[in-house]
Amino acid sequence: MAQTTFEEISAADFFYRNRDIAGFTNPSRAIFVAIRELVENSLDAAESHRIPPDVYVRLSYEGEAGADTQIYKLRVEDNGIGVPPRHIPSAFGQILFGSKYKLKQQRGTFGLGGKMAILYGQITTHQPASIISSTGISKTYMYKLMIDIQRNRPLILDRKVLINKDMWRGTIVEFTLEGDYFRSMPKILDYFKQTAMVNPYANLTFVDPKGRLYKFARITKDMPAPPKETLPHPYGVDVELLQRLIQITPYKSMSEFLRYHFHRVGEITARKFLEFSALSPSKNPKKLTHEEIVRLMHMLKRYREFLPPDASCLSPLGEDLLKAGILKELKPEFVDVHQRKPATYAGHPFIIEVGIAYGGEIPKKGVFLVYRFANRIPLLYDEANDVSLRVISAMNWRRYRVLPDMPVAILVHICSTKVPYKTVGKEFIADRPEIRKEIANGLREVARQIQHFMSKREHVDRERKRLGVFSKYLPRIAEFSTKLAGKEKLPDVEKLLTSVKKYGEEEA
Amino acid sequence: MEKKKHKSSVMERRKEVLAGLENLGGKIYDQMDKGSFPSLDMPSRSTDNIAYDEQLRQFILGDRRVRRSARNIRHVKPFTQLVWAALFSNELCSQRKTSTLRDVYYSAQAYEMTFKDQQESNNIITDLETILGFSREDFSIFPEERSAVFGDLTIEYTVPGYEGKKLDLTSHPDGVLIGPALTSSEFVKTSADKVIAIEKGGLFTRFIEERVHKKYNSILVLTSGQAPRATRHFIRRLSEELNLPVYIFTDGDPWGMHIAMVIISGSANAAHLRELNTPDAKWSGVWATDIVNYKLPTDPLDEVDMKRLFELQKDPRYKDPLWRREIKTFMKIRKKAEQEAFSRYGLTYIVDEYLPAKLEETK
Repeated sequence: MAQTTFEEISAADFFYRNRDIAGFTNPSRAIFVAIRELVENSLDAAESHRIPPDVYVRLSYEGEAGADTQIYKLRVEDNGIGVPPRHIPSAFGQILFGSKYKLKQQRGTFGLGGKMAILYGQITTHQPASIISSTGISKTYMYKLMIDIQRNRPLILDRKVLINKDMWRGTIVEFTLEGDYFRSMPKILDYFKQTAMVNPYANLTFVDPKGRLYKFARITKDMPAPPKETLPHPYGVDVELLQRLIQITPYKSMSEFLRYHFHRVGEITARKFLEFSALSPSKNPKKLTHEEIVRLMHMLKRYREFLPPDASCLSPLGEDLLKAGILKELKPEFVDVHQRKPATYAGHPFIIEVGIAYGGEIPKKGVFLVYRFANRIPLLYDEANDVSLRVISAMNWRRYRVLPDMPVAILVHICSTKVPYKTVGKEFIADRPEIRKEIANGLREVARQIQHFMSKREHVDRERKRLGVFSKYLPRIAEFSTKLAGKEKLPDVEKLLTSVKKYGEEEA
Repeated sequence: MEKKKHKSSVMERRKEVLAGLENLGGKIYDQMDKGSFPSLDMPSRSTDNIAYDEQLRQFILGDRRVRRSARNIRHVKPFTQLVWAALFSNELCSQRKTSTLRDVYYSAQAYEMTFKDQQESNNIITDLETILGFSREDFSIFPEERSAVFGDLTIEYTVPGYEGKKLDLTSHPDGVLIGPALTSSEFVKTSADKVIAIEKGGLFTRFIEERVHKKYNSILVLTSGQAPRATRHFIRRLSEELNLPVYIFTDGDPWGMHIAMVIISGSANAAHLRELNTPDAKWSGVWATDIVNYKLPTDPLDEVDMKRLFELQKDPRYKDPLWRREIKTFMKIRKKAEQEAFSRYGLTYIVDEYLPAKLEETK
């Protein structure tokens, strides 16, 4: 009889075995995800200190790997805040270590993506990653690292300290990985274009393996206000979170515990809640039994008087930047954007921003071009399952004088401390009623604006056609009647045409 | 016969037509030259503006008028088409060429004046008729359908290449087509003292074979069903210019009856035109009462025939006692008979017995 063995595996080992869930499904997807994760880390590193990001990405060909795959070297440079030297090995060589386990809006959520990319590179090419970083001090640090997968620890192969004469600040990550660039190319270019659209204050540069340069230049240095870190909202807690908070709390009474560890709970709210849940305000939280903790969680969710979370922990793009981004990347004839007021689902605040654009470089595809973003990340896969698509297809666009065969682009951006992705791959947003409603209301708002634009346009079109009819026929009436009357000189129709035009303008 | 009093009635009419067209062009030209949008007034042809005139014994248009203005976006195209049609007619008339409605439709394309369909170009020609009060045959636009004439009448052609040439209308045993050349010819002389119009080609040929033109001293006209306008105008000219009585023989059914009526009183469609009808012409048969009196072989009247009878009963043209009596008889016997039905009494019966009796009865 076979013996069942039990063993513990490290986080790195777990992701090594389950790299699919982080998006490294196949060679073409892997290369896209690696670029995406590193670019997002770079953008976050710059934005968190309101530095307009400069991100340079180079993918170079190193050699053949398999029948359809090649070895590439990926280099990503940014001008972000840099990583303090003592954190560099862990930040790049230890899975689930990082600065992102905070309650505020950020691009990544697991603190996993960048390291997964490096891990993937290591397991496909057995090469170390090279990290160069400086926080803008007089020294630059360079590490050569590998990940000890079984122990989830960084292995430092080399470390150099360089003089940073120019006081350069930023981070450079370079490593090799196996992939299939030519199959992933369309998605990668889409990714850069769409990232540029919602980050109009960033310079993005991409050099592909053929040496082709793609440059997305910033058009503004205005940046959205960075998100503030926030406490958990009572509606969003679970038992595990409560237990952790109880473990670390320095407060000795329930009333203080609630006030200082939860968002939107003040002295009065805490008192009223404790009355509601029949708990003594002076009870020491560390004395709560397991059953009491479970009950506390239920009561927190049941109490109706908590104010909804405020949105200071969110960093929406804002209408001006959104509009600027769309104008920059699509050069449309018409654009309108709208930002909804903050709303919440399950205790998590979120803000929906939407945009609609017509004409310009938007292609006619027979369906609306839909751009989806979550926390300023473009979502490129699984469009059909996304809540935005459902809302869009449920709307009666004819009412707004918009048809799918027109060159129309629709943009939906959700910002949240917790984006409700439907899958671990983070590619589409779940159909939550609160979110669906906000998207629908936002789209209706911009749809009304495009409706005005379309009616005006139709009017201008009609007017142009009307003038066309007169300028086609009046000269002929002149010609025919001249011949019929046996005259020589044609009567002047220009005056008549001008009068029709004037009349037309008054009408418009 | 004596020389016609309007010997050159055809030439005169052409001059009038040309003057009318040129005048129309001048009117439009002057309006435009003065810097205003040209417009034209014409009587409305909508059904509520069509009335039966007892004096003229035909349908006429009422007082309501419509204005076509090049200022109006919906009118500017038909207005242009109308001016084009006038110019085209002018060229036809002055160059002595003829054309058909179908021809007009295609000719327009040479001027980059496309008509949506045949109906649209027909309507424009009707507009032109309404404005100028001439029929399209006057503008040298003829229908495709042709009818024929046979009998002792000498005509003189006016068409180019045939000017002054004369023709005796008995020269061809099939009859002579009533086409543009015949329509525009002058009547020179005749020995006939009546006109007999016949609905069907078979009977027309039989009448020629039986020498009806000699026996009854008549000019025979084949209408080929509903008489084309050119034929109606031709019959009127025979009646007016030669002062001949006209007798019409049709099938004995509501449709044949109406063929006769249109020759006599005109049609609503041509309410904007004059001189297409022959008010003094007589419907000589086959009457419903003939079906009874001559015991003719019959077919039953079907639903469509009955419906038509009810319509005719309400028609102001059918108010005379003879017509009312015949409609009633048709409704009573619910039967119809064709002209050929007389063959049951032998091939010559219709010529030898029926025809003289009816000519006498409707004299």
